[in-house]
Formats: sequence, structure tokens, C-alpha cells
Amino acid sequence: MDYATILQILDSTVRLATPLLLTCLAGLFSERAGVVDIGLEGKLLAAAFMSGAAAAVTGSIWLGLLAGIAASMAFSMLHGLASITFKGDQLISGVALNFLAAGLTVVIGQSWFQLGGRTPPLTGNGRFEAWNLPFAEKLADVPFIGPLYYELISGHTALTYIAIACVPLSWWVLYRTRFGLRLRAVGENPSAVDTAGVSVVRMRYASLIIAGVLCGMAGTYLASLAAGFVKDMSAGRGYIALAALIFAKWRPWYALSATLLFGFLEAIGNRYQSISLGDFVIPVQFMQALPYILTVIILAGFVGKAIPPRAGGQPYVKER
Amino acid sequence: MSAQSEKGRQATAAPTASPAPAIELRGISKAFGPVQANKDISITVQKGTIHGIIGENGAGKSTLMSILYGFYKADAGEVIINGQKVEITDSQAAIAAGIGMVFQHFKLVENFTVLENVILGAEEGPMLRPSIAKARGLLKQLSDEYELSVDPDALIEDLSVGHQQRVEILKALYRQADILILDEPTGVLTPAEADHLFRILQGLKEQGKTIILITHKLREIMEVTDTVSVMRRGEMTATVKTSGTSPEQLAEMMVGRKVLLEVTKSPANPGKPVLEVEDLRVRDELGVERVKGINLNVRAGEILGIAGVSGNGQSELLEVLGGYRKASGIVRMNGEEIDLTGKHSDGQSRRKRGIANVPEDRHDEGLILEFQAWENMIFGYHNAPEYQKNRFLMDNAAIKAATQAKMDRFDVRPPNPKLEAKSFSGGNQQKLVLAREIERNPDLLLVGQPTRGVDIGAIEFIHQQIVALRDQGKAILLVSVELDEIMSLSDRIVVMFDGRIMGEKNPGETNEGELGLMMAGITEGDQ
Amino acid sequence: MQKMPKWADAVLIPLFSILLAFFFSGLVIWGIGKNPFEAIKVMVDGAFGSTNGLGYTLYYTTNFIFTGLSFAVASHTRLFNIGGEGQAMLGGLGVALVCLAVQWPHWTLALPAAMAMGALFGAAWAFIPAYLQAKRGSHIVITTIMFNFIAAALLGYLLTKVLKVPGAMAAETAKFPVGAHLPTFHEMLAPFGIDFNKNAPANVSFLVALFAAFVFWILMWKTRLGYQIRAFGNSETAAKYAGINPSRIVIIAMLISGGLAGLMAINNVMGEAERLIDNAVEGAGFIGIAVALMGRNHPVGIVLAALLFGFLYQGGAELSFWESIPRELVVVIQALVIMFTGALDNMVRIPLEKMFLFFSRKKEV
Repeated sequence: MDYATILQILDSTVRLATPLLLTCLAGLFSERAGVVDIGLEGKLLAAAFMSGAAAAVTGSIWLGLLAGIAASMAFSMLHGLASITFKGDQLISGVALNFLAAGLTVVIGQSWFQLGGRTPPLTGNGRFEAWNLPFAEKLADVPFIGPLYYELISGHTALTYIAIACVPLSWWVLYRTRFGLRLRAVGENPSAVDTAGVSVVRMRYASLIIAGVLCGMAGTYLASLAAGFVKDMSAGRGYIALAALIFAKWRPWYALSATLLFGFLEAIGNRYQSISLGDFVIPVQFMQALPYILTVIILAGFVGKAIPPRAGGQPYVKER
Repeated sequence: MSAQSEKGRQATAAPTASPAPAIELRGISKAFGPVQANKDISITVQKGTIHGIIGENGAGKSTLMSILYGFYKADAGEVIINGQKVEITDSQAAIAAGIGMVFQHFKLVENFTVLENVILGAEEGPMLRPSIAKARGLLKQLSDEYELSVDPDALIEDLSVGHQQRVEILKALYRQADILILDEPTGVLTPAEADHLFRILQGLKEQGKTIILITHKLREIMEVTDTVSVMRRGEMTATVKTSGTSPEQLAEMMVGRKVLLEVTKSPANPGKPVLEVEDLRVRDELGVERVKGINLNVRAGEILGIAGVSGNGQSELLEVLGGYRKASGIVRMNGEEIDLTGKHSDGQSRRKRGIANVPEDRHDEGLILEFQAWENMIFGYHNAPEYQKNRFLMDNAAIKAATQAKMDRFDVRPPNPKLEAKSFSGGNQQKLVLAREIERNPDLLLVGQPTRGVDIGAIEFIHQQIVALRDQGKAILLVSVELDEIMSLSDRIVVMFDGRIMGEKNPGETNEGELGLMMAGITEGDQ
Repeated sequence: MQKMPKWADAVLIPLFSILLAFFFSGLVIWGIGKNPFEAIKVMVDGAFGSTNGLGYTLYYTTNFIFTGLSFAVASHTRLFNIGGEGQAMLGGLGVALVCLAVQWPHWTLALPAAMAMGALFGAAWAFIPAYLQAKRGSHIVITTIMFNFIAAALLGYLLTKVLKVPGAMAAETAKFPVGAHLPTFHEMLAPFGIDFNKNAPANVSFLVALFAAFVFWILMWKTRLGYQIRAFGNSETAAKYAGINPSRIVIIAMLISGGLAGLMAINNVMGEAERLIDNAVEGAGFIGIAVALMGRNHPVGIVLAALLFGFLYQGGAELSFWESIPRELVVVIQALVIMFTGALDNMVRIPLEKMFLFFSRKKEV
């Protein structure tokens, strides 16, 4: 494996990790506030569809981004309605949202475009363009560092850089602001927040709004990358992001590493359809399943114990 | 401490009359579904006084105060603070009106620091650092002023309950509360800690703060309050000057009839040891030693009472004996050693050895609230042969019939085996558990907090049943945080502190003061 | 005092929830420019209008009874087994292996063997998440989701590389021997002079499913194991107090749950396809969630809910055929049913309770 190949794999790692990172951070905000969000997959899919549809019709991916965020937000609010306002089961609500997205995107897509649930392909401004960072081309010939800068660091779309910037931003919000203090408190002991005169409902909805925006960006990224929406295109990424969240122990910087790891696995799987080790050939299906297998191993607690926010998954009911 | 001397002290500390009362509640009513928790309650609390509210569990005290604090919304009635009518829509409005509340179950974020908990919801601005810096100074000032010292950077989960309670008080003071409500504040404290708390409350009162103390302990009312209001079944029955009343009178007002505060029982006639415990040690899930090598025995025909503030290893001891916690050491039942770690250390094996168990927490352990009474009546004994029809099926009809008989004998009301456990009152739920355990005719009965959350009428009945079992020659191990209960039921008393036994006393030869010191970890040698 | 009579809790709430779900489904149909009433007519005709349609409806119903019961067993243990899909896939593998391994002389011999293998494989696939939940505290929701993906990859591999008939194009196993053919409704009803459509896939598995529902009822409410499962599901701390071993209950309940999901394979793999094909489960594992939620984890409710979903599936297929509404509409309805009966339960419950309270107060006055 030469340097150029390694760079290519790493470059595609970044590409594949971007939607995972955004989704993972979405989950982080909502779960830190005590709302378990198994519906990330559905939000991602809904956002991918709406952004793809809007970008196809308007020709602008930025309008698509707005539509994607709106769709994801609508799903987030539905989740809030069920799990915050009506104190329902957060897992069930999440599962329902995933099916709702899987069904609605195809039913509406077929009705709008008659392409069997696809949107028309996105071209030109209908997709995000790569950003070349300053001096990228000039430095490209500098040995070692040049290609690294040109291939790996430069040349991604705006959303990738936004996603990466979201990591320190999330950390800062969670640990350095009043909002973050209250958000974390709501996920640990909502009654402490309530009796301190802060609305639990409002904090939890706020966390879901942030999750909605982040998932909206992730979904739009998917639609842009694939140049259009395809049925079921989220392909389990919402679940992988959820797994990455557990791996990251609900912390922003760890979330970056976890999603990069899963992105890397996917990149390897994409590049090497089957890897032969002498006589034994690792089938492509194994590479596809590897992130899931790793997640199970992580969950089994062989790689450190992950302690979730204490009030996670429970609707806030004032005790009698 | 006698009530007489208390009266004398209170009389000298009588409140000075002030123009507008601190709090006036008028016609407060609140229903939870079909349950009317507060019925048309009116009460006036004078400024700069300590006002006690006393009543049995479920009398509606906590509900009333939660309404005042905006935690619940009243169905009807109005709140007047310092002569002005205020709408208390949520806790924020209550805080703005100068009200602070220390709940029975603390409202603290366990993995936050003291400072973070104190500023939560009362931050200075959107950034944390300046808020924390400011709070640090203010907290220091408040701590010094009111003897409320606590490490501002400690995590709550590392603090003792006494210190956690201080954090709660600091939270209220930080929000500049003039009115402080404390809901059953001494339940988790040692007598010494409770005395310290009362000193703090006196100090606050002298600074002009108004304090409402909710409790079901008559002793506390007599000791610290200026005025006392009595609640019964959601209604306010009386408000009197503390100096003008007596514990007996208050008890009668609480219950609505005369009650015997003493249990009548004949002297014990102990036989051979049934339970012997040697060097028992228990570690919790985090590896912390909770029981640090205790030795004790319980003989047939006697009640051994274990006194202590909750959290000093009594619960763990009961759990080990009940079979659902591992331990090291030796435990013998009728002379035979029982398994503390292996395959036979579960509730089933213990029951086979003749150990019955009335657990401390009937909601979380003793009963399945969603199950009907008859299903609960076999809980833990579901493998007993008389409840099986054949190898595969249970004999549900026989179970229901047996349940009906037991409910009648233990006067469980309503006597309907098909009612879900959650629809019985606390006292009747406890009778269900007691009926199940006593009717198995055990050699040893473990009883934890037998009368917690139980109305006074049922307390008498439950105490009688425990004494009756003793008189049949059975061994009884009683754990209670209520010193009165320990004193009146036990034939011998041991005191636990910090996982150790501090000593053994004969109830006739000791008093609350002596036991209280032992519960705080002070042995005779220290004095 | 109770807030609401039991019958209202058991009947009225699910009924209103379903009506709400259907109302919003109707809105979706209307939103894409079709007539919801027309759609219902097409669906009812397609699902019940002929013995062919009915045969399909009951075929789907059979699948959903198994997966619904599977989810319900886990639910009674307060476990959220979202892995019915993967467990049913593995059940299919077990059924295929046993059907192909032996030249079965008669279906009465093949069926018990297939049932055993299907249940065994399904249970085995549920065992690892169950074990990890019981012994290592790994959240079963996430692990079972992961196991669905792993199962799909595993079957994909086996069907393309190992079990495929050499030279054939499709990723599927060889056809099962004739002796493993299960009697269809056509064959079963012919002796009684009833002419049931020959092509409809409903088969004897339907009766097995009904029997399974009956056994489920006995198990849950008449046996010690069921008692312990329900006790554990209601309160883990109480179960420990009573000497009920939590790990044991979690693992046993999940084995039963996985086994029931695996049993589904006698219907879709053995009864219908008569070979193992890719994506044989077609989401039935997930529909089990909706079925169990709607049926309140009770076998009678589950059978009725399964019938409803069987109707939706068959009706939905007709709808896509006649009205060019995609079959995914059924997924939308399924999502709405899960949402309203599962998560938005209180939206219906609170007003109903208030109403009952109001009337009972009035009566007292």
C-alpha cells in the first residue's frame, strides 16, 4: 500500500465520516438531555429526501439544505411531542419515526417525481462543491505534506468543515455555557432542573431542535454526495451513529474519533471488495458487517464501560 | 427529653407579632385523578417563625407545600405572600416570590459539583465561568454565616446526605429565599446531624427568615417550632401554638382518635439461637465495604432490633440474609451454615431455610404493584408445591382462595384478591406483605421499616402481629430508622453505624439520647 | 379507586389509537392526490374479496402472529427485542438446512423437524444479545439492531457463496423436496368441498401460529415461568427479592422470543417459497413490533392485530397494482400505528381518563 493509496482511503474516510459525525452529535445533544433518539436514522432519511427533492426542483443545494433541516426538524418535533409532551416511550417513538421516514419518502417521492421513489439526479449547484483551501494546489507538490494537505485536508465540501467545527463548538456549548449546564442537568436529574425554576420541557425540546438541525445537515450531505435521493439511502447510518455515540461515551471529541473509525471501516470495505489473506478470502459481506460487529463488541463492555446519562429514556413525570 | 421541658423553652422563644404574615394560603384544593389530596386548606404563617406542619403519611402535607413551591398547580385557592396575592405557576414564580424548598428526596445532580448545583437555574449570564466565580464568593459568605460549610468543588455523589442537605439549603439561600420549606428533613440524618440542622434553622429564624417544617415526628415539632398545623386526610384540622399543646394532643389530632404510642407486650422468653452471624462483610457494586464484620444472633422468641440512620449497612445486612446480595463471613440458620456466595445464595434458598422477609421497600421489592393481590400473595413462594396443579400449570384457583383467607385474617381492606396491589393504601399493602410472610410460618422473620408510609391505625395492627409471631417462639430481626419503633418493639437493641455494630442495649436500660450517640458513631469510650 | 374501567383500557384506547393512525394514513393518501375511500375499497376487495386475496391475507397474518408473539414475550420481560427480523432470517436458514438435508417422506415428519430447527436457529441468534444484556448489561435494543444487520450480511454471504445452486443466477437455495411441501388451504379444504384458491400461499402454518398464540397464553398466565417473566418485567428489584434469577429470565425469555421469530420460517420459507431466498422475511420482524403494541402483548390482541396487518399488506399490494400507490404506504401505516398505539398512548388515554372521571363524579353527585 503506497502513500497515495493511504491518502485516498483516509480522504474517503473523512467523506464517509461526515454524515456519521453530524448524526452522532445530533444524538449526543438529544441523549445528553435525556431523550433517547433511536429515530436518527429516520431523520437522516427524511432530510436526505427533502433536501434532494428541493435541490432537484430549485437547483440549489443550499435551498435543499434548508428543506432537509425542515424535514428533520419536523421529525424531531414529532419525537418531542410523543416523548416529551405526551411522556410516551422514546424507543417506540424512535422506531415509528424510522418507519415513517422509510415509507413516506417513497410514497411522496413517487407521487412527486414518478421515479420509483428516487429524486431526479442533482447536478451543478444542486450539489455541494468542494472547497479548495488556500495554497492547496501550490503546495500539492511539496513532498509528504503537500499531498496530505491537498488530498486529505483540502477539497471537501462546506458541510465537512462545518461538521468538524461542530465538535469543539459542541464541547464549548455543553461545558462552558449556562445552556450546556442545564442541558446536561436535564439528562441527569430533570427534577433538579424543574425545582430550580427551569423548564424541563423547554430544555428537552431545545436539544431536539439542535438534533434536528444536525441531522438535517447530515441528510443533505448524503443527498449531495450521491447526487440525488435513493430509497433507503441512509442505509443504517443512523444506527451506526448511535453506536458511535455509545463508543464515544456521549462526549464530543470522542464522537469525532468514533465516527472517523467507522468511516474508515466503511472506506476500507468500499475499496477492497474482498480481501484475501493467503488462502482465506474475507468476503465483502464481512466488511459490511464489521462496524456492527465492532459495536456489539464495544457494547459487550470489552472496550471500557459506557455510562449513559442517568435520566436517559425516561419521560419526566413529577413524582408524587 | 420530656415534652414538659420543651414547652418551657418554646415559651421563651415565642414569635413577635408582625404586620403582614409571610404566607397566607386560602382555600387550596388539589386532586390527583380520583384522589383528593388537599381539601379547601387555609393557613397563615407569621414572619420570622418556625411553623411546623404535622400529619400522617398521605395526609397531604407534601402536596400542599409542593403547591406553594409551584411544583404542582392547585385546582383552587389563592396564595398571599407578604400581604400580596401572587400567582405561583411554576417553581420559577415561587423562587421569585422568595420561597425556597428542600425536598425530602434531594433535587441535586449527582455528578455535578456543589457550585454547579447551586447556580443551576440561577446563573448570572449565558457563560458559566463568571457565574461560578461569583457563586464561589457568595457561597463562602453564606457558609460562614449559617454554619453550612461544604466543599464547593466536591461532587454531590461524594458527599454524605447531611452535606447534600446543606447544599439544598444553600441553593435556596443563594436564590435569596426568605421563606424556607423543609420536607421531612431529618429522615436521613443522625440525631446529632438533626440537632445541627435545627441550630441552623434557629439561626435563620433569628435573621428574620420564615421556616416551614414538614414532619411526622412529634418530637421535632415540640423541639423547634413556634406554631404547628395539623393535617389529616387532606384537610387542615388545627393550628395551635406549640407551647400550648402536647405530643399526645397532637397525635390525637393527627389520627382523629386517641392512640397508644406504646406497644403492650409481655417479657420475652427467648430460646435457642435461630440466626447466628459471624464476621459478616459486604461490599457494594463499587467495591466499597458497607458491612464491616458484624457478629450477632437472634434467638427463638425474641425481637432483635437494629437501630441506625439509614445507609449504615442495615439494608445490606437484610439483603444478604434475604439472599439477594453476596457477602463473606458465616451465617448459620438453626445451627446450619448457609451459602452466602454460591448457587444457594438466592431468595428461594433462604425461604426454604425458613427465613421470611418483609423488605424495607414494599413498592420496589415486596410487591409487584401491577399484579393483583392473589398474584402477590405467592410472590417468592411461587414454587411451593401447594400452589401447583401439576408439573406445568399453577393452581390459580387455590391461590385465590388462600389469598382470600389471608386477607380476611389480616384485615386487608378492601378484601378483594383481584385488586391490583397499587390500588391498596400503604397500610393495606404492608398487611399484604406481612400476611404472605407470616403465614408461611417461618423460623426467622426479617422485617425492614415495617411501618414506613403506614397510617397509625395499621401501625398498631402490624406491631401486634410482629409481637404475636414472637410469642409463638419465632425469631425476629427488626430494622427500623424510627427509634421509637425500635425502643417499643425490641427485646434487645443493637446499633449499627458505618457498617459496624456499635453496641448492644436492653430497651429498658437505655434511652433515645444514648442510642442517638451510638447511631452517630460515638461509643461510651469516646465520652 | 380506578381512573378508568378495565375494558376501556383494553378496548377503547387501542381502538381510538388505530382510528387516529388510519385517519392520518388517509390524509397521506389524500395528500398524494388519491381518494382514501377508493383506496380502502380496493384494499378490502383485494384482501377479502376472493379466496386468493384471503389466502394472501392469512399468509401474512401467520407471519405477523409469530413475530408479534415474539416481540410480546420480550416485552413482558421489559426487553425491547427489535431483532425479530434477524431472528426470523436465521430461522429461515435453519428450516432450509433441515428441509434440504433429508429426503422427507411426508410433511407431517418434515414440519416438526423444520419447526425445531427454525426455532433453534432463531433462538440461537437471540442468545448472544440476551447473554450480553444479562451478563454484561449491553443494551439489547442496540445489540439486536446490530444483529439484524449482521444476519443480513451472513445470509447474503451464504446465499451467494455457499448455498446457491451451482450455475444458477439467483441467490437462493435449491427447491425443497416434495416431502417437505406443506398443505395449502386449497389442499386442506378440498376434502370438505370448499374450493379455496390454488395459488394462495396460506398453509397449515396458520394453524400452528394460532396454536402458538394459545400456548403463549398458557405460558404467560398459567405457568410459573410466565409468572416469573411477568414479575421480572414489572420490577427487577422485586424479582431479585423473590429469588427469581434475572439473568436466567432474560435469557430464557429472549430464547423464546427468538424461537417464535424463527418459527415464522415454516410459513414464509417452507410453506410459501419452498426454498430460501434473499430477504425472505420482508420486514415481518419489524411489523411484529406494531402487532404486539396494538395487541397489548396479549395473544388475542396479537392475533387480531396480525389479521389487520395481514389485510394491510395484501391490500397494500393490490393498491400498488391497481392504484399505483407504492407498497411503502403500508410502512407508513405501520409507522403511524406504532406511533399512536405505542408512543402517543397518553394522547388518547389522558382525555379518556378525564372523561371517565367526569362521568363517575357526576354519578356520585
